[in-house]
Amino acid sequence: MTSQQTGSPPATGQTAGHQFPAGSDAFPHRHLLGIAGLQPWEILFLLKEAEQWVDLNRQSSKHTNRLDGLTVINAFFENSTRTLLSFEIAGKRMGADVVNMHAAQSSVKKGETLIDTAVTLNAMRADAIVIRHASSGAVQLIADKVDCPVLNAGDGSHEHPTQALLDALTIQRRKGDISGLTVTICGDVMHSRVARSNIYCLTTLGAKVRVCAPTSLLPAALDRMNVEAFSDFDKALDGADVVMMLRLQNERMNGDFIPSPREFHHLYGLTRERLTLAKPDALIMHPGPMNRGVEISSDVADDLERSAITEQVEMGVAVRMACLDVLTRRSRAVEGWS
Amino acid sequence: MKQLFINAQVLLPGAQAPQSVNVATDGDRIAHVDEAPALRDQQTIDCNGALLAPGIIDLGVFAIDKPAFHYGGITRAALMPDQSPVLDLPAMIKHNASEGKPDLWSHPLAAATKGLNGSELAEIGLMKQAGARAVATGRNWIANSGIMLKLLHYCRSLDMPVIVHSEDSGLTAGAVATAGETATRLGLSSAPASAEALSIARDIALVRESGAHVHFRQVTTAKGLDLVRAAKAEGLTITCGITPAHLFLSDIAISDFRTFAKMSPPLRSEEDRQACLAAIKDGTIDVISSGHDPRGPEDKRLPFAEAESGMAGAETLLALSLNLVRDGLISLSRLFELLSATPAKILGVDAGQIAEGNEADLIVIDQDAPWQVDTRKMAASAGNTPFDKLPAQGRVRAIYKGGKAL
Repeated sequence: MTSQQTGSPPATGQTAGHQFPAGSDAFPHRHLLGIAGLQPWEILFLLKEAEQWVDLNRQSSKHTNRLDGLTVINAFFENSTRTLLSFEIAGKRMGADVVNMHAAQSSVKKGETLIDTAVTLNAMRADAIVIRHASSGAVQLIADKVDCPVLNAGDGSHEHPTQALLDALTIQRRKGDISGLTVTICGDVMHSRVARSNIYCLTTLGAKVRVCAPTSLLPAALDRMNVEAFSDFDKALDGADVVMMLRLQNERMNGDFIPSPREFHHLYGLTRERLTLAKPDALIMHPGPMNRGVEISSDVADDLERSAITEQVEMGVAVRMACLDVLTRRSRAVEGWS
Repeated sequence: MKQLFINAQVLLPGAQAPQSVNVATDGDRIAHVDEAPALRDQQTIDCNGALLAPGIIDLGVFAIDKPAFHYGGITRAALMPDQSPVLDLPAMIKHNASEGKPDLWSHPLAAATKGLNGSELAEIGLMKQAGARAVATGRNWIANSGIMLKLLHYCRSLDMPVIVHSEDSGLTAGAVATAGETATRLGLSSAPASAEALSIARDIALVRESGAHVHFRQVTTAKGLDLVRAAKAEGLTITCGITPAHLFLSDIAISDFRTFAKMSPPLRSEEDRQACLAAIKDGTIDVISSGHDPRGPEDKRLPFAEAESGMAGAETLLALSLNLVRDGLISLSRLFELLSATPAKILGVDAGQIAEGNEADLIVIDQDAPWQVDTRKMAASAGNTPFDKLPAQGRVRAIYKGGKAL
């Protein structure tokens, strides 16, 4: 095996002269369970690694044999279309054998405990397991029971680390250095794992993060997470470099947390008019799937100049390829990754 | 059988420090406490200078777990009605009252409402006749204030205390943690700590209305304790308790999704924990209990939100509580009011103090004996303690229930 570092292009917009520690010191973690606790250079290392896969994915032949012979299991205990597809494509483009396990067709429905499922997956000698689960902390619970690297593809309202990494990569490629940027995250912050991972990621990389929602959708003690909380969307948008809209779950739209979708749109929907409050070149992001006309109006979402929403999806595949590559380097005995 | 405990430092009611006296027992009762030497028909028990204290009366446990209780010096335990089936019928009370005898007395608490459903009063009077000494709302709050007031009036007429859970269920529905930085970081659904004060405020108002005796089983927040403090000053018939978990752990303990630290009510902020310690010191808190709730992996090795609440607390109750004495918050004699005398008073049993005529429930304690809490080596039926690996001090060396060595 050759060193993975050679030949990869330098990340655009990365702090000039940023050096990564050699070998596995660049990313010393066994799993990717969350962004919380990662060092800034560890995040930047993953972003830099992803760049080469962005390039590959834009070629007509999108294949590398780097993960040849490895088995990647996507264990999704909660429904997902785009994240599952993104991980599946990432694994396949790297040459791995990718198997998808849906909760609907698994023994979970027959009452098997999560731990037993984890032990079963482990016994099948997967080389990496990608897990999504509706309960915060469930992915860590499984990671503690298996021998291979575990990638969190979203656990409850806790973390969705690859989403934050793909968002950071998108911002970095469009805006350059993330440090010093003002990023406004608006929507159901309380229930959003995307918001949490992005807060950890962007604040670690030195961005100024604002969150905005009606107070009923903001969790407690946000000031302790180095973010500024707003309930007035117009104020939260003032001078923002990036506006990240979150999906509002349908079940929370009708009287439970907010009175109605149209009221939410009126107060917190990103419209062309409102967008003028942000910087003229502010980037528009959304993790998808969008509720058009609720948190974001169609003309804003479809603005080719300003909206990075489809680019986020593209970066997602590259970031997940990088994560699968980096996390399996130890088992593949890549030089310097003992 | 007559026995005489000699060479003991005895905790006597009213005395600040342990006294060097002998304790004589006759059958299952304490005969006298004085300096009289052994008589010919007395069997002497040499305590070698150790502390002789009343057996602990654990007010509010979720399982009768004799090995853990005996390890922890617990001679009586009040069993919560949250059993399967619920303790809401006289027959259930009768059965559970005799379960541990003779070496452990269980005092089953009568369910306040049928099936603990919070809406229909259970047959409290018949359960009293069957041996129930107090009524309890179980793990839940009775949300309907009308039902709660009727319950308190009814229990007042039966002269039975009501042990309540203090969390406003409208706020805590679905919550598994206290709102704050830890819950936010972990993405756990949470309820504000004020859910406790809200429920206590209502129940205090209803005590004022009914004159019933309400015991708040666990008060864990500064605001809740302030309300209790004020209500006591007003002269209302109110008592309150706590478990060591809320005295020695804050919500940081659930970081990494540690389900062994998942409690009901959930662990609170460090500020609230400090307020609990202050309330121990100023006497606002009347009772310390274990909340013993042994839970195996099938209940605890789950994602945090799906795991059951509660800890196996019986064997760590004494050692952890002794920290309050070592830290200078309270005296040793006050500690045994919290652990034994007051619970006995609430249950109306003649135990909990080393006094003539009381049941001879006695424990010999080596206050300084060091040990380490180890989740894999627990006497309890499950090792779910958040205090794993904690160095502890204080061990029960001998335990006597009704004068009989166990």
